[in-house]
Amino acid sequence: MRSPPAGGRTVYALEMVGITKEFPGTRALDRVSFSVEQGTIHAVIGENGAGKSTLMKILSGVYPAETYEGTIRIGGKEVRFRTPRDAEAAGIAVIHQELSLVREMAVNENLFLGAEPRKYGMIDREAIYVQTKKWLDFFGLDLDPETKVGSLGIGQQQLIEIAKAHSKESSIIILDEPTSALSEEEVRRLMEILRELRRKGVTCLYISHKLSEVMALADAATVLRDGKAVGTFPVGELTEEKIISLMVGRTVADLYPSRKDPRDETVLEVRGFSVFHPVRSEKRVVCDVSFSLRKGEVLGVAGLMGAGRTELFSGLFGAYGGRTEGEVLLEGKKITLRHPGEAIRRGIVYLSEDRKRYGLFLDMEVKKNLSMASLDRWVKCGIVDEERELREAERQAARMRVKMADIEMKIRGLSGGNQQKVLLGKSLLARPKVLILDEPTRGVDIGAKADIYQIIGELTAEGVAVVLISSDLPEVLGMSDRILVMAEGRVAGELARGEATQEKIMACVTGGGTFA
Amino acid sequence: MRKALSFDIRAYGLIIALAFIALLFTLLTDGDFLSSRNLSNLFRQMSVISILAIGMTLVIITGHIDLSVGSLAGLTGGMAAILQVWFGWDTGWVLLLALLAGLLLGGWQGWWVAYRGIPSFIVTLGGMLIFRGILIGISKGETVAPLEASFQRIGQSYLPYAAGYILAGIVILFLFLLTARKRKKRREWGLKLEEPVVSYGKAAVYSLLIMLFAYMMNRYLGIPVPILLVLLLLLVFGFVLNRTRFGRYLYAIGGNSEAAKYSGINVKRHTFAVFVIMGLLSALAGLILTARLNAATVGAGQMYELDAIAACVIGGTSLKGGTGSVTGSLIGALVMTSLDNGMSMMDIDAFWQYIVKGLILILAVWWDLSSEPGGEGA
Repeated sequence: MRSPPAGGRTVYALEMVGITKEFPGTRALDRVSFSVEQGTIHAVIGENGAGKSTLMKILSGVYPAETYEGTIRIGGKEVRFRTPRDAEAAGIAVIHQELSLVREMAVNENLFLGAEPRKYGMIDREAIYVQTKKWLDFFGLDLDPETKVGSLGIGQQQLIEIAKAHSKESSIIILDEPTSALSEEEVRRLMEILRELRRKGVTCLYISHKLSEVMALADAATVLRDGKAVGTFPVGELTEEKIISLMVGRTVADLYPSRKDPRDETVLEVRGFSVFHPVRSEKRVVCDVSFSLRKGEVLGVAGLMGAGRTELFSGLFGAYGGRTEGEVLLEGKKITLRHPGEAIRRGIVYLSEDRKRYGLFLDMEVKKNLSMASLDRWVKCGIVDEERELREAERQAARMRVKMADIEMKIRGLSGGNQQKVLLGKSLLARPKVLILDEPTRGVDIGAKADIYQIIGELTAEGVAVVLISSDLPEVLGMSDRILVMAEGRVAGELARGEATQEKIMACVTGGGTFA
Repeated sequence: MRKALSFDIRAYGLIIALAFIALLFTLLTDGDFLSSRNLSNLFRQMSVISILAIGMTLVIITGHIDLSVGSLAGLTGGMAAILQVWFGWDTGWVLLLALLAGLLLGGWQGWWVAYRGIPSFIVTLGGMLIFRGILIGISKGETVAPLEASFQRIGQSYLPYAAGYILAGIVILFLFLLTARKRKKRREWGLKLEEPVVSYGKAAVYSLLIMLFAYMMNRYLGIPVPILLVLLLLLVFGFVLNRTRFGRYLYAIGGNSEAAKYSGINVKRHTFAVFVIMGLLSALAGLILTARLNAATVGAGQMYELDAIAACVIGGTSLKGGTGSVTGSLIGALVMTSLDNGMSMMDIDAFWQYIVKGLILILAVWWDLSSEPGGEGA
């Protein structure tokens, strides 16, 4: 750790001066300058495509010093990184959106990967074990250091990743959307840990879409828009509305659209539904769940990570690996769904929370991604009618307001928010009666979020029933007609639109453990 | 602009490499390499590997691999020869049974891969040993020959000169009609359109090549039937991959099988089907091989799986799955066979041939990766 500044002059942990980075055809960063005070949490916010990831890649040495213009100073000294190792050596650690832990290795092996303590040239396993235990205690994780990382939830993996960064004595930790996969509880834990690190003098660069977190956690915020730094502000001077208007360059009046009351027709009814573990087939991960869904209704589903929300709905959809049990009635008729194909043909469509793993065909064109779940509609004798495919895909992309060069570009080149809009469009092309959205706005910027809410509003007006699984409580409260709260694989409570508050939901969530 | 250019380098790099190889061998053999007689040999030589490579392209696009195709070709070819030579079956029945055997054995492997979740590498490695074992067992280690003339014809006959030219003419006509139709459609749909000079220029170049091919073949004995079969399969499977739902689903499964499942695609059934097709094509390749050699041996088709995989990879099909084309694989097969043929003509020792082919394989993939637009960083 560096000593505190002498003589009252502020020492900046990090200064970026006039950073300009160009890609063929675009200027990703345009003379971006800002300074981060030592021992503070500094937020960097902006819509997707505003230049946050480019900035990060420069800071972490992914883009070598020759490929951009401008100066980076750390602790007042100019640095030029050629490789990520250089950045690491200068005390910068990056926690990526996609975690970089080795899933097949134990927690302790991951923590010291590449920096194993040695004794007589051999890896000192005892030292690793003991030190890991120390770190885990510090982070409040009650874990055996020998646990395989792959068996942990994303939230715990994230904390281990931060522990790894901290164990390397990094003085600047960059967190890229750290909470996009975390539950409320895990977010709280993460925030505590970051505050603890701040007390120890560590500087954090916190990149996020979630304004409430920024407001609660950060000391200062730099707002990026279209590759330019709009400005750096102490958080005390900001309000969420002001940040949004700075980010998008306009005011987003009403995030959640106003909607009519749902119709009285029940479209889906689920009775006594259970889902079993795919490997340990006697274990229930979802237990005896019943609920119903009306036409045009938005049913919010809240709960902690691991509460069984994803298991319930992917099980209903026929995509979860394990056995299922219970009755499902679609428009009054009993149905069994063994495979997603059957569900989609009957009008039940599920959009997964993990878009990279369960949604995107990264090497395919936007067009083909859009049409993949509904090819049957424009196939004759097994041959794809490419004109109809193109027409429908173009219409859908326009409706979703997907920002793209053209519809035949690969989806890999789109930003996260636009990829998500394409996936939503793909679900809609399958003409669902029941649309299940699992964390549809995770990792999506505010502009795309507003678009997605708008689309959900339009869908319900057309009579589509929407299930909205989300860890973002304001979103659940803002969009839902009814809220189903799940805990430990069971329904822990059901709240109507009027009576639901964040406190009531949290009470349900945590009270769930007392159910037998 | 930059993107269009780099795409072109990728697509035509293979052709340039092929032209370079042809030029090199032509110089080194005083022009014998490009003689009608040798080219005719070369095309007949490549037909077996090409058929395997076409099936292998489907398998690899789906994200799998099939190491058993050489053994399966040997086994089905051997079965056919035994039924005819030892039991006196008619050619028609022999062919039918051999193809059926290929279909069933492919299905057997597909069942393990698709419905039992065993990695295809393992299943087909097992198949490679099992099929070879059966072949040795049923043939008692003997060479089975000779075959009836009607059987031999599959691998050894030629198209009459006139028929060859007429066929070439028809293909060229279709090529121009298709180009015009495609341009018309893309214009109607408001998609990006190449300059007419480029589209029709390409068609003209292809036409010239087709005519040259027909001419060169006719200067010797005519267009060989096996290569005709290969070209037919190229058309069929090119169409299947590009235009049908089945083909689209194969790319989807290879690109991201989980996402394919969530999109409602029956991943298992499609995986199974791909192995059935591969089995059928292996049997076809085995029949042509047996017919061409006019004999079945216990070693027939050995290592062909590796040549087929190499052809796909050289042709730009990624072993990660989700990308690739049958045209590429066919050009890959042509590269591999040209190397074999050219080096044999120059009397280069067999050991050098292995080394050179191995190096070319590595270089081809390295070149493909390094010219990929955007590279890994994107």
